[in-house]
Amino acid sequence: MNKPAEAVIVGAGIVGAACALELSTEGLRVLVIDEGFPSAGSTGAAMGHIVVMDDSEAQFAITRYSQILWDDMRDQFPASVEFDPCGTLWVATDEEEMREVRRKFDYYRERGVNAEILDSQQVLNAEPHLRAPLAGGLRVPGDSVVYPPCAAQFLLQKARALGARVIQGQPVAAIGKGIARLADGTVFAAGFIVNAAGQSAPKLSPGINIKPRKGHLVITDRYPNFLHHQVVELGYLKSAHSLTADSVAFNVQPRKTGQILIGSSRQYGAENSAVDQSILSRMLQRAFEYMPDLNLLSAIRVWTGFRPATPDKLPLIGPSPQDPSVLVAAGHEGLGITTSLATAKLICAQILGQRPAIPIQPYLPSRQMTAEAHV
Amino acid sequence: MDSVKHLRFDVAVVGAGPAGIAAALAAADSGRTVGLIDDNPAAGGQIWRAAYNSARPPASSTWFGRLQKSAVQIVRGTRVFHAANSELAAESDDSAIQISYGKLILATGARELFLPFPGWTLPNVMGAGGLQALVKSGLDISGKRIVIAGTGPLLLAVAAYARKCGAKVIGICEQTTRPRMARFGLKMMLVPGKAAEAVRFAYDLRGIPHWTDCWPVAAFGNRRVETVRISREGQTSEIECDYLACGFHLIPNVELPRMCGCRLQENLVRVDEYQQTSVPGIFCAGEPTGIGGLDLALVEGEIAGYAATNWGDRAKHLFVKRARFQKVVRILQEAFPLRPELKNLARPDTLVCRCEDVPHERLSEHGGWRAAKLHTRCGMGPCQGRVCGPAAEFLFGWQNDSVRPPLFPVRCSSLAAIPSHSAPRN
Amino acid sequence: MSESISVRVNGKVVTVRAGATVAVAVLASGATCRASVTGQPRSPLCGMGTCFECRVTINGEPQRRSCQVLCEANMEVEANG
Repeated sequence: MNKPAEAVIVGAGIVGAACALELSTEGLRVLVIDEGFPSAGSTGAAMGHIVVMDDSEAQFAITRYSQILWDDMRDQFPASVEFDPCGTLWVATDEEEMREVRRKFDYYRERGVNAEILDSQQVLNAEPHLRAPLAGGLRVPGDSVVYPPCAAQFLLQKARALGARVIQGQPVAAIGKGIARLADGTVFAAGFIVNAAGQSAPKLSPGINIKPRKGHLVITDRYPNFLHHQVVELGYLKSAHSLTADSVAFNVQPRKTGQILIGSSRQYGAENSAVDQSILSRMLQRAFEYMPDLNLLSAIRVWTGFRPATPDKLPLIGPSPQDPSVLVAAGHEGLGITTSLATAKLICAQILGQRPAIPIQPYLPSRQMTAEAHV
Repeated sequence: MDSVKHLRFDVAVVGAGPAGIAAALAAADSGRTVGLIDDNPAAGGQIWRAAYNSARPPASSTWFGRLQKSAVQIVRGTRVFHAANSELAAESDDSAIQISYGKLILATGARELFLPFPGWTLPNVMGAGGLQALVKSGLDISGKRIVIAGTGPLLLAVAAYARKCGAKVIGICEQTTRPRMARFGLKMMLVPGKAAEAVRFAYDLRGIPHWTDCWPVAAFGNRRVETVRISREGQTSEIECDYLACGFHLIPNVELPRMCGCRLQENLVRVDEYQQTSVPGIFCAGEPTGIGGLDLALVEGEIAGYAATNWGDRAKHLFVKRARFQKVVRILQEAFPLRPELKNLARPDTLVCRCEDVPHERLSEHGGWRAAKLHTRCGMGPCQGRVCGPAAEFLFGWQNDSVRPPLFPVRCSSLAAIPSHSAPRN
Repeated sequence: MSESISVRVNGKVVTVRAGATVAVAVLASGATCRASVTGQPRSPLCGMGTCFECRVTINGEPQRRSCQVLCEANMEVEANG
């Protein structure tokens, strides 16, 4: 007869898996419940780019903290995780974007993140398939890439080895007041419930504001040595940071298999998972502008995924304002893979009443309630 | 960057095998414009694949003669990968092609079922139809020792053909039981034209051992197959060979019909008596509606072609003929069911997914196709699960009925060229 | 047709009958088409363009299905099996 869990985690995606491992490592009895199979949600569709971002101090803090945690684990990963420290190459097409390169360089340098400014020739040397002329770029060698479903599986398996239990194929109908109730009526009691249910998080914690942001990805056949870094455009600066317009941006990734992953797109209010040809064409055309040779590569698959997005682009990590026994760990938008490990640490710190390694305020779910109250 | 060609036909036929050829010719009788689209360099599909070095078999030459004289536009070397809003997106070696149509006839044929067993990935282990296709494409097998294995009438056709090409066919290993095989023979005799064909086969195959209750257990060799171990009525034995031609009958190519929104049942496209699918204006003929062989494909194709051009009377006249050949579907189903022993051929380290080299033991950890795919990459390679999917369905019972564009790997430029107003029905 | 065509497979001249596919030329040269992701030698399985085991590089273009490409004079084929 199993002893009752001390923490129930809803969702076995990358965030749930990371939380399961962290809590199990701290000696808690953990039960993970997923409505389907692990990584069936956003984790299964994700690119797997581990990247330090600088849109805000809070975003930098959590991505940097988490990136270090990924690096610390790298020797443990089996080959299936495909951890690849390929680095990121941000590319600039004009002087305005080069100014952004220099700003980012200074920003990262001041905070101890290795970065290197490249001129127009150096950026072509770094990635020969980029079209000339470009203004230059910024190389961030500390960024890496993983294969998300196997990364999550690795974390979950480690958690299991420490005693965590995982239940698959069981939707959770409600959580709160120390209880997680399955759709079939089964009830699990636990001191803490972690809502890592991704797109379904708002259903379980009404009042949190997470909306799906649909993305498309294309993966090619194997072309070893075609690409060396994750390459991302800085051109997103040109289009407004709109909350309503669909947008595409050049973002390509080399997989360890030699396949190239081509992205990215963002759409609002699009809830069906069918491939949207209009935005797919736009996304590919954008990619061709930066790397014309992509035209000729063989595309094997196209898929869509939903990023769980919050209005202020920061995740929700902390107690639900309605019920302190429920901890929300959701709303990571396009940084779920990156920040999963840090999320787990922060959740664990809060459960154990320990001091978190980075300030927790920017991620507290209660901020959404406050914002709404002010509206 | 590709140029994009635009083609428009009153009736577009996808697949230039017998069903497609018959459909195109019937449709062309009406005077409407007809396009016959196929991914191979020449029309004929599999069963009527032209051999590089010989005249066509007489039965097919009549049809090809008619095709040449007709106004049907044959669009060769063109692979359809997307369908939406009465438009097909396709790709050839040098361009992306948009094909708009008034009516669509899907004659996408079938492919072989491959089941994994130790050594099945060795070079020169091919499908039975696979070997035949390669020989017709110029492979010289004179003097080569060939073992043919698997199930279904294709094994007999391939054995006869291989012998004609000068190969030494050591034996045919048929997994079905002797009584089933005998019943198959008897029943086929009652199908029009088949008795004569059976006599021809018996003659063509004289002296070639035909073993029932027999299947390959393993293939061995250094960089190519050299020996096959077979199980026959409980005993194993080993045969040296240069080629192992092994296929376990046929699976319908229903991916394009699925993308078009056609309703399927048990992996076959549902059609009414006019060969119309559940989507008005889209017809389907040949193997995707039921594996029934050449004669059935021809008459279904004709019916579809007349129906698509509103020539109901002519279509109706063919119903009786179709009914006669429809029997073949059931005869084949009853004669060649796959025996459960075939599920146990794969060892834990036997690869199931050849594109991504995923062994059986890694797949068996998962509970379904999607989970297995995501965690092992099985089915994520360029064959898009066409080889491993049916094998996994047989081995584990995993269903996979989702389909997403592109239906085949295509150049990124072709993917970008699909018109933006297109969205697949499902 | 009695003409023949010469192509090069891995640098070696191979002569095949006109109308033959590149897959046949590769097999005739004694090579295998490709190496699998774990390094196993692979050659055509289905012969009809669905299995992708016959992929080779033709005139510098990788990942071409050789069973569906007709040989043309002076083609350069790299079969990495």
